[in-house]
Amino acid sequence: MNVASLGGIDCDIHPALPALRSLLPYLDDHWRDAVIQRGVHELNSIAYPDNAPITARTDFRSSGGRPGSDLDLLRAHTLDHFGSKAAICNCLYGVQLLFSEDMASAFARALNTWIAREWLDREPRLRASIIVPLQSPERAVDEIEHWARDQRFVQVLLPAMADLPYGRRTYWPIYAAAERHRLPIGIHAGSSYRHPVTAGVGWPSYYTEDYAAQAVGFQSQLTSLVCEGVFSKFPNLRVVLMESGCSWLPAHLWRLTKYWRSLRMEIPWVDRSPTEIVRSNVRLTLQPIDTPGEEELLKTIDHIGTDGLLLFSTDYPHWQFDGDEILPAELGADLIRKITVDNPLETYSRIKETLSS
Amino acid sequence: MNIEVRDRSEAPVVALLPTAIADCDIHHSPKDLKRIYPYLERRWQQHIAEYGLIPRQAYQAGPAYAKGQPDASRRDAWPPSGGRPGSDLAFMAEHHLDPNNIELGVLNMIRPHPGAFPNLDLSAAVCRALNEWQIAEWTQKDRRLKASILVPYEDGPAAVSEIERCAGHPDFVQVLLLTRTVEPMGQRRYWPIYEAAASASLPVGVHAFGFGGSPPSGGGWPSYYIEDMVGHAQSAQNALTSMVIEGIFERLANFRLVLIETGFAWLPALCWRLDNIWAKLKSETPHLKRPPSEYIRDRVWLTTQPMEEPEVRKHLFDIVDWIGWDKLLFASDYPHWDYDEPARALPLAIDPAQRTKLFIGNAKAVYRI
Amino acid sequence: MSKHVVFPLKDLPPGNRKVVNIGGRPIVIFNINGEVFALLDRCPHQGGQLSYGQLTGLVEASEPGKYCYSRPGEILRCPWHGWEFDVRTGKSWCDPSRIRTKSYNVAIEPGSKLVEGPYIAEVFRVTVEEDYIVVEA
Repeated sequence: MNVASLGGIDCDIHPALPALRSLLPYLDDHWRDAVIQRGVHELNSIAYPDNAPITARTDFRSSGGRPGSDLDLLRAHTLDHFGSKAAICNCLYGVQLLFSEDMASAFARALNTWIAREWLDREPRLRASIIVPLQSPERAVDEIEHWARDQRFVQVLLPAMADLPYGRRTYWPIYAAAERHRLPIGIHAGSSYRHPVTAGVGWPSYYTEDYAAQAVGFQSQLTSLVCEGVFSKFPNLRVVLMESGCSWLPAHLWRLTKYWRSLRMEIPWVDRSPTEIVRSNVRLTLQPIDTPGEEELLKTIDHIGTDGLLLFSTDYPHWQFDGDEILPAELGADLIRKITVDNPLETYSRIKETLSS
Repeated sequence: MNIEVRDRSEAPVVALLPTAIADCDIHHSPKDLKRIYPYLERRWQQHIAEYGLIPRQAYQAGPAYAKGQPDASRRDAWPPSGGRPGSDLAFMAEHHLDPNNIELGVLNMIRPHPGAFPNLDLSAAVCRALNEWQIAEWTQKDRRLKASILVPYEDGPAAVSEIERCAGHPDFVQVLLLTRTVEPMGQRRYWPIYEAAASASLPVGVHAFGFGGSPPSGGGWPSYYIEDMVGHAQSAQNALTSMVIEGIFERLANFRLVLIETGFAWLPALCWRLDNIWAKLKSETPHLKRPPSEYIRDRVWLTTQPMEEPEVRKHLFDIVDWIGWDKLLFASDYPHWDYDEPARALPLAIDPAQRTKLFIGNAKAVYRI
Repeated sequence: MSKHVVFPLKDLPPGNRKVVNIGGRPIVIFNINGEVFALLDRCPHQGGQLSYGQLTGLVEASEPGKYCYSRPGEILRCPWHGWEFDVRTGKSWCDPSRIRTKSYNVAIEPGSKLVEGPYIAEVFRVTVEEDYIVVEA
């Protein structure tokens, strides 16, 4: 496959903050001083240990800088390399994991500003997700309102797991603001570790288990979003699951829909099948492709019942594929076009509008 | 034409299944806890009278998720003579074992499973009493039935004692844990249990539920019972991941695991994902010598209930093809409400060889009957 | 299909149900506040006997959190997996167009009308003074 001619929308790349000091110019006097006075440590999450293999593919690590921190390298490795028309920046620097809502708000503002100034302003193909302080839904809404006018911000970013399941009404002001501004909610792998990362079985010993648990976390979140009626209340809201994998989705929909038929009266606002709801309102980025070969991937898409849910992504600089094996060529030109171009444009109306203009 | 009239209160009409099957998940329960007192020291009878059986959850009576039906049971499974569903052997035989032609029924005691109690001494005492009781009152009285050894699984040494005490009895076919343990069940504190089970050539059955104290989702506490129920598939995935990645299957050459009441359609995706991740993060787990899916293929079986229900019915058989027809054990979950009816649960017909494996052959092989 | 006089109305007071077997088909008949309904006594899901199910009301919501309860006693929940059926139509609540149990025409007829025939009365004599349940199956 000639990947340079893919011409798609890359729905998940990770520009990296080189270090906390890179944020200092964007913090106010108080916080700049606090960082220095208090010796605030780096906010890199355990979800991606700096030197762990998945955190960056070997050839994406250059001597010196943090992988993903250099715009020229990012262009070469991903934007130019895959011929992407646009790419959505999901910066995973862990400001959302702080406990203090004041600190999280200040740092989120600084990080979003850093993204706008040092990435979006410098590379017209780039778009970004707005990092919001989940600690306070009210202030998260403020952050959305602050950036919404900038059409290069195309999504609201949440970590895979937080204090409460994402369907809970506590978070609804965030969804209301996102729906109002036609911003999908993007949920990205990587917990905020308020709870053990597993579904009720405690803290695992190994990073391997943690990474595996992210997909399971997405399953729980999808259940919550559907059962709490987020899509009944916000029918135009889109949710994008990022770096979640997709092979688990059919079995999960079968189970969730089966139980809905039995327990509908507990959640009567879910007035149509969860499978239908997910098909209309939820999307998933492509990487990692966990299926072993194209046959299993095609069967998975068949089991999902629509080819409209997958959104092309490279997940740069994470190591998900080797060389140019970004997706199987055997999927066929039509499906590849759907995944790389049609589905992302259908999901991100802001990208659709700014690309054509 | 004959018209037969009957009142609802009369016994339900059931048709006899033509071929014998195994049901690998049946839930029996004492009519009331006093039935096990003949096997329980007075000191613990006294304790229970004063303090009850305190679980790791808010209410004395049960979890803070109200269930969908009384006692989470089929409404037609309440014995006419009284007592909760599953507490009357004669009624269970007439209502479920006989008409479904059950040749082998595996009893899994989860109401209660004392392994989930935080008071470890109480847990050990009640496990022992229930183990004695279930042999005397169930498996010895109906020879189709086998039982699972209840152990205080949060206390490794005490669990080992109980396994060693019970393992020789031919009516026990496995050691029983619940999925939601305090820590992921592959961790070292639980290894003595697996060593003892493997020594006794018994598989460990891990049944959905339990309460380890952490929320049933990595993102916190859900609001609804439906979320708790759907969530058992998620818990099972994490529990199985732990067992594989911590290396139990590598460590113990003959250790076997049966996942019970977790569904099964999620398994291929988990295997693919674990293989993919392990291939990249191998350096973290040098104790693993093989891809995760190989350990699972060789040593893990799953009961079928609650069987997932795809819109396109044959999709379920894609899943079974991926898992292997020799890996699944039919289960009904009688008398619970999300029960799978032996005659109707499968979405499509299957060939006789597959049918024999799924409905009885695999169970007899795993439980060495 | 033919009409069958199955039993006198007095054998089925309001709030009760009875199962009849007509030509091998189990049919459950409900008396709900004087109105009678008849459904095939078999859930289309896995065959559970609907006659063991609870009659309840319809639970809906105009938006999340706002439970609204109506039509008390007109929704039958299968005793197994709790699927909800409208007793008036036999249609399931979760997927009315595709999932249903058969509903039968059933009526209360006075004996005076029935003694003229051509309905089939089994086992008992029809008298003009009583009312009877008549099922078309």
